Amino acid sequence: MSAVPSELSQRFRLRQVRERAVEVLLFLAAFSSVAITLGIVGVLVYESLAFFGHVSLWDFLTDTQWTPLFDDAHYGILPLMAGTLVTTAMALVVAIPIGTITAIYLSEYASHRMREIIKPVLELLSAVPTVVYGYFALLFITPLLQKLFPDLPGFNMLSAGLVIGIMIIPYVSSLSEDAIRAVPMHLREGSYAMGATRLQTALRVVIPSAISGIAAAYILGISRAIGETMVVAIAAGMQPNLTWNPKEPAETITAYIVQVSLGDLPHGTLAYQTIFAAGLTLLVMTLVFNIAGYYLRQRFRQAY
Amino acid sequence: MEDIRSLIARRKFFDGVFAVVGLLSLLVGLITLLALILDLAVDGVPRLSWQFFTSFPSRFAEQAGILSAWVGTTLVMIVTAATAVPLGVAAGVYLEEYAAKNWMTALIEINIANLAAVPSIVYGLMALGLFVYQFNLGQSILTAGLTLALLILPMVIIATREAIRSIPGAIREASFALGATKWQTVRDHVLPYSTGGILTGVIIALSRAIGETAPLITIGALTFIAFLPHAPVTTEAPYVSFQWLMDPFTVMPIQMFNWVSRPQEAFHLNAAAAGLVLLVMTLIMNGLAIYIRFRFRKRIKW
Amino acid sequence: MGPDMQTANAAKTTGDRAPRTGTGGLAEAGTRLKAQVRNLNFYYGNVHALKNINLEIAEKRVTALIGPSGCGKTTYLRCFNRMHDLYVDNRYEGEIVLRPDGLNIIGKGVDPIEVRMRISMVFQKPNPFPKSIYENVAYGLRVRGVRKRSIVDEKVEQALQAAALWDEVKDRLHGLAFNLSGGQQQRLCIARALATDPEILLFDEPTSALDPIATARIEELVHELKQRVTIIIVTHNMQQAARVSDYTAFMYLGEVVEFSGTDTIFTNPSKKQTEDYITGRYG
Repeated sequence: MSAVPSELSQRFRLRQVRERAVEVLLFLAAFSSVAITLGIVGVLVYESLAFFGHVSLWDFLTDTQWTPLFDDAHYGILPLMAGTLVTTAMALVVAIPIGTITAIYLSEYASHRMREIIKPVLELLSAVPTVVYGYFALLFITPLLQKLFPDLPGFNMLSAGLVIGIMIIPYVSSLSEDAIRAVPMHLREGSYAMGATRLQTALRVVIPSAISGIAAAYILGISRAIGETMVVAIAAGMQPNLTWNPKEPAETITAYIVQVSLGDLPHGTLAYQTIFAAGLTLLVMTLVFNIAGYYLRQRFRQAY
Repeated sequence: MEDIRSLIARRKFFDGVFAVVGLLSLLVGLITLLALILDLAVDGVPRLSWQFFTSFPSRFAEQAGILSAWVGTTLVMIVTAATAVPLGVAAGVYLEEYAAKNWMTALIEINIANLAAVPSIVYGLMALGLFVYQFNLGQSILTAGLTLALLILPMVIIATREAIRSIPGAIREASFALGATKWQTVRDHVLPYSTGGILTGVIIALSRAIGETAPLITIGALTFIAFLPHAPVTTEAPYVSFQWLMDPFTVMPIQMFNWVSRPQEAFHLNAAAAGLVLLVMTLIMNGLAIYIRFRFRKRIKW
Repeated sequence: MGPDMQTANAAKTTGDRAPRTGTGGLAEAGTRLKAQVRNLNFYYGNVHALKNINLEIAEKRVTALIGPSGCGKTTYLRCFNRMHDLYVDNRYEGEIVLRPDGLNIIGKGVDPIEVRMRISMVFQKPNPFPKSIYENVAYGLRVRGVRKRSIVDEKVEQALQAAALWDEVKDRLHGLAFNLSGGQQQRLCIARALATDPEILLFDEPTSALDPIATARIEELVHELKQRVTIIIVTHNMQQAARVSDYTAFMYLGEVVEFSGTDTIFTNPSKKQTEDYITGRYG
């Protein structure tokens, strides 16, 4: 009988080892996400450092031309940044008002049934492949806009920006709606009990309470718009063009990366390194918006 | 009292105006979605034929097809799913069930939230520098699958965590009370009960990956491929081959991009047809996800 | 419990006189009617939550609704400012007539917003808005379109004084309401409700989330407030009902079992069920 306890303790120890091993494996899986970030930052910084060995940071940020593939090479990121900012701004002009109003409508006005149906359908807007949106912008929206502005060129930032705006509506509306619906009912009741209408309750009580979640939705929308690639590569043209006029064609940072990648790409050349410098710029831009958003959220954070 | 009445009338008027504005802005999205589908259908449906699915791309628009593209997409998705699902689910389980509240966990959580905002093309650049040139995996199906797997990993992790979080603690306590270990509790209860939510998230993530173009262009995927990768099944022992992992490839969205960026209108029709196939694939996957979520929500009520 | 029980409570009279209670005219001289509830039925979908209720509410008096959990007292209270309209499938029958103008609160075509502008409510859990103390109190005025700074300032101060909160918050009117203690938050919610001079103030278990000291302050406040406003209070706490109210209705399973002067209910109830509840035999 004395064997039983020792057998038990052996099983116990075995079990402990197995439990520990599982935990370590699971931790490694979770940690892999950190490794991805390290990989992204590492590659971008490594190749960009090589790039900035040839091109000064000052030229990169102030030169108004981007012609890295020409004999007379210029490496000014401004034209690409302008393209990115203009298309993003066009997208936000569409997505923020429509997305926000939709969110308020769905949570405060629509019936439960309507919300259950409309929300997933609306989310399909962000499920459509971006290359399909590119096709739609180039061959449907642009011809439509040309009826309005006859001098609009076939490639232009307006059409690409508008389509990106439609595409990110669900990012804005779904997340905002979640934030709005998370506002506890007793706050709404407090407002209704004072004789407020739905609109007054929504604008004066619900939105201010949900503002940090709504801000997060906007930030995600902005990140998506900045990083969007295929729509601009297809519909906005691939010519660097320093302009703030959305009716002109222009290249964005992302479109430039696509353009270079499509060609033959000799590893280790300066041309190869430009796309990493461009990518790093893109990452820093999204990071700046996300950090700004983070501080805004902290600033307006509400406990119900 | 009359004052109050007219005030209320005015307030209600604005309330009504907003209801109309809300409905209109809802319609903007829905109508665009409809227009997009119709536009693709009108241009693309006439090109859909058996020949279109079984032909390689060609210089002649009428003879071109999407054979190499849909085979490529299928194989890339297999690699993506095989990588992202185990990794993402394991990470989600760790963060929900195991992770202590310390700086490491906080770091991982902040990191996952931030990864979700990183533009997809940046993943492509990372894969180009790391997988293609550092690990020498080349511009292969394996590289593409891994790239997309990393891209959707945050989505899978987040979906897993949400699904696990909806399981009440009492279920875990019941399992522990019967002498189960933590891993047994996870394996026998937590994971099975959250399958619906995880599956929904995985399908939506894969539907996102299937349409991704930019990161694959960045790693240097070819746009013109007139051959198929090695077959995964062979006639000789050991009957399974993994040579296809290292083959060059193209995928549906890249094929579509290639056609849409040509000036000839005939290729635009091919693009529409390819886009339609792609769109139907994503819509089916999303529909499936919604259906699964609905089924599981009906079946399990805590 | 049958229909006889309900008719026992029925009061079919109108006019400026004291409320008739279940055991007859106990009302003190000088009280007038503020509201009459006649044959009120209420349904949540198919659930018949309130059954044929008749009750009279005295002006500038405190009426308490007591009864075990789930008896319908909160449901009943929420009829008075049409809170049930916020959710679908809720249905009223009967009437709640406001005096002196005779408006039927739950009548078809009566605007719930108008009702709520006349009848305010204080909730079970303090629910200040995530705004400053000042803006919380001013909210009702803002909703009514009052813009003039001097008027809003004056009303806010009056309301906070009436809610016995002014001295505690006058130096931080623009600080966040969340930084107040639970009891202060609840008094803020009372001030918010008072700022628009409501005709009736509804209290839904206003002290259930508060400690005994904060509770005592709210009870004191209720006592003072009846000088200026009609009060209906739902409470789970019988001692509270005995302390603050002039009239008490005992409810059970969606019906009013007995309605009487508070003294009578607690010292000499006429129904066995009331007595059982008050002596703690169930509930």
